[in-house]
Amino acid sequence: MKDIDKFKQKLSRIRKSKAEESNRPCIIVSSGTCGEARGSKEVFLALKNVIKKYKLGKKVDIRLTGCHGFCQVEPIIIIHPENIFYQSVQPEDAEEIISETIINKNIIDHLLFKDPNNGKKIKLEKDIPFYKKQNKLLLKNNASIDPFKIEDYIGIGGYSAILKVLSKMKPEKVIDTIKESGIRGRGGAGFPTGIKWSIAGKTEGKKKYIVCNADEGDPGAYMDRSILEGNPHSVLEGMMIGANAIGAREGFIYIRYEYPLAVTTIDAAIKQAKKYRLLGKNILGTGFDFDIKIVRGAGAFVCGEETALMASIEGKKGEPRQRPPFPAERGIWNKPTNINNVETWANVPLIINNGAKWYSKIGTKGSKGTKIFSLVGKINNTGLVEVPMGISLKEMIYDIGGGIPENKNFKAIQTGGPSGGCIPKELLDLPIDYDELASVGSIMGSGGMVVMDEDTCMVDVAKYFLSFLEEESCGKCLTCREGIERMLEIVERITEKEGKKEDIETLKELGEVVKDASMCQLGQTAPNPVLSTLKYFENEYLAHIREKKCPAKVCRALISFKILKDVCNGCGACRIACPEKAISGEKKKLHSIDRKKCIKCGICFETCKFDAIDKRAGSD
Amino acid sequence: MSKSEKKYGDHLKLKKLNSIIKKNNCEKSALISTLLDIQSEYNYLPKEALIMVAKEMDIPLNQIYSVATFYKVFSLQPRGEHIINVCLGTACHVRGGGRIIDEIRRELKLKDNGGTTEDMKFTLEPVRCLGCCASGPVIVVDNEYHSQVTPKNVNKILKKYSDGRKVKKIIGSQDKNA
Repeated sequence: MKDIDKFKQKLSRIRKSKAEESNRPCIIVSSGTCGEARGSKEVFLALKNVIKKYKLGKKVDIRLTGCHGFCQVEPIIIIHPENIFYQSVQPEDAEEIISETIINKNIIDHLLFKDPNNGKKIKLEKDIPFYKKQNKLLLKNNASIDPFKIEDYIGIGGYSAILKVLSKMKPEKVIDTIKESGIRGRGGAGFPTGIKWSIAGKTEGKKKYIVCNADEGDPGAYMDRSILEGNPHSVLEGMMIGANAIGAREGFIYIRYEYPLAVTTIDAAIKQAKKYRLLGKNILGTGFDFDIKIVRGAGAFVCGEETALMASIEGKKGEPRQRPPFPAERGIWNKPTNINNVETWANVPLIINNGAKWYSKIGTKGSKGTKIFSLVGKINNTGLVEVPMGISLKEMIYDIGGGIPENKNFKAIQTGGPSGGCIPKELLDLPIDYDELASVGSIMGSGGMVVMDEDTCMVDVAKYFLSFLEEESCGKCLTCREGIERMLEIVERITEKEGKKEDIETLKELGEVVKDASMCQLGQTAPNPVLSTLKYFENEYLAHIREKKCPAKVCRALISFKILKDVCNGCGACRIACPEKAISGEKKKLHSIDRKKCIKCGICFETCKFDAIDKRAGSD
Repeated sequence: MSKSEKKYGDHLKLKKLNSIIKKNNCEKSALISTLLDIQSEYNYLPKEALIMVAKEMDIPLNQIYSVATFYKVFSLQPRGEHIINVCLGTACHVRGGGRIIDEIRRELKLKDNGGTTEDMKFTLEPVRCLGCCASGPVIVVDNEYHSQVTPKNVNKILKKYSDGRKVKKIIGSQDKNA
């Protein structure tokens, strides 16, 4: 019997035993980095102790999984087989969960999710508004598998795509399938993946490399981290399929050091895949050699750019270089190299298993499949959202995101990270699609979506992105190095009450030059946050410059605090809280702020329980 | 160069340093990984260690210096006992992350958005997004995450570390005493 047939049998044995296991009650604890930050590990340990106490170890399973997406209500647990969804679980709830739900089969009301629209309690995940419009092709597996167990991935059908490829698909057929599926790169630029593969496949070369770009540097975006933490084998399987199609024998996963948990999961996954002979020499007796190494990044945003990333893999500083030659022709150590993003790789096994036709039915004409977004900022339901391409921004914000907290007004949504732009409320009907987002001056990017409300100052947002980019520019091109710095100086001046009327024109002009004359995408897109805020929110700039006011009350030089004499009851809380001792007043009498000492930190404003402190636009 | 530096610094637990360098078979592509491992062992990149890396990995010292200064995570100066990472991702920024870092700077009397306190207790290192956007503003002290931090409870978090007591995770909205 051939190795590959033996392996097939092994997979079916594992799947059979996994199917039997699935009848037992199982408590799933969502524990990505975000879950851990909110105490999921403590909940897990508490539940384990109670299970032990009741001697249920053999009857009830408990499993730590990756992130389920709904970060807002972490720690989340799901109880199988009924799929009961408990949210904001604390370690002290463990006793009740085991004794009530596991033993007595009762639902615990206070742990259920409450629909903010009608106050109804919801028992199952699928009925929660946040999940209703989603189509979780990739993320759904995060909620069922233990990322440290290859058997769990096999149990949900994992590694059948690579088997299909190795047993009956020629490389050309694989590349054609990817092309026909219409998938475009999930890293930002949206280049068609199939075309990339076919160029790398056609380039002659004994040695070729493939790379998984996990240098997810966009602030406010963490889709890739969640896939790596929750389902690392899907990425490995995608890379194996890609390597086989292109003719690469070595692969790299370039991952940020800021993601320690993801480094651990992917490292463990590689070791297990080696044990199963899915990586290494002569994989499953088919003559296919392939191995994967992890390279950790060291905190440089520009390394997400593919030529800079390659330099970094070679052990050099991450400076981009001119393209062409493209990596497919001359990549790492001048060998043909194919680079795709984590989410792109994770989509590959799905496309191979279900076919290009199935995949291309999802999404819009120019953008196929689903896309994971991280919906963050001033939004009620923060989390990871996987939706079919083409859904509108409005649906994203109001149906899935549940709108803006505290009934504030929506102002803008920022997509595409520092290379993207801010989209105002007039354009909320826009479908989410590579080309549509580009048409309004933003980009899809890797999927970060930051929602901003009336309390967000758009000049401050522009300043934030400029200072980010000024720090992250590698300094190779003059326009990017100096241009961004000059733009930042101007915007800083505007927020510090020193704005001049010609500033807006200068910013526009500088922006166009940086865009046109920089070599890599970092520089070419760097002015987007400024240009898009100028395009849609010029009024806010004007208020800063002409009226010396920050309408959103964010820029310190352009706001002031005052104690309202009719409201202040002299409780003294603000006086005690003020770090600069700028507040004085006798007990039970009106207090006042010394303008000269006040640093406008806002602690008094937060401390006052009687709304007696007024935050005002304008410095006097 | 002093005698001890010539011998790559005896105080650096040479055996450990050697094993870090050898772990990656001295492959040139492993330079960044090697430096990361050295930093996690010694808390910074000691000069003597870099000299040794140059020799063992056969990479010019100036190239190592360019890498060590290009990537933000590396520090050529000794860092404090506790490392504070303040997330300055977009989501934390719009939720007031900037005010948190201002408050930490004020508390620790640091001039810049980064640096080490005089008593070597704390090093402040801002990071761009930890991907915990639902919990923002987030700060991480010695790998422990604190979510929904407000300027008001910064002082409390720092105090727990400077007192050297066992720290219980502080989560803004859930911390009843905040």
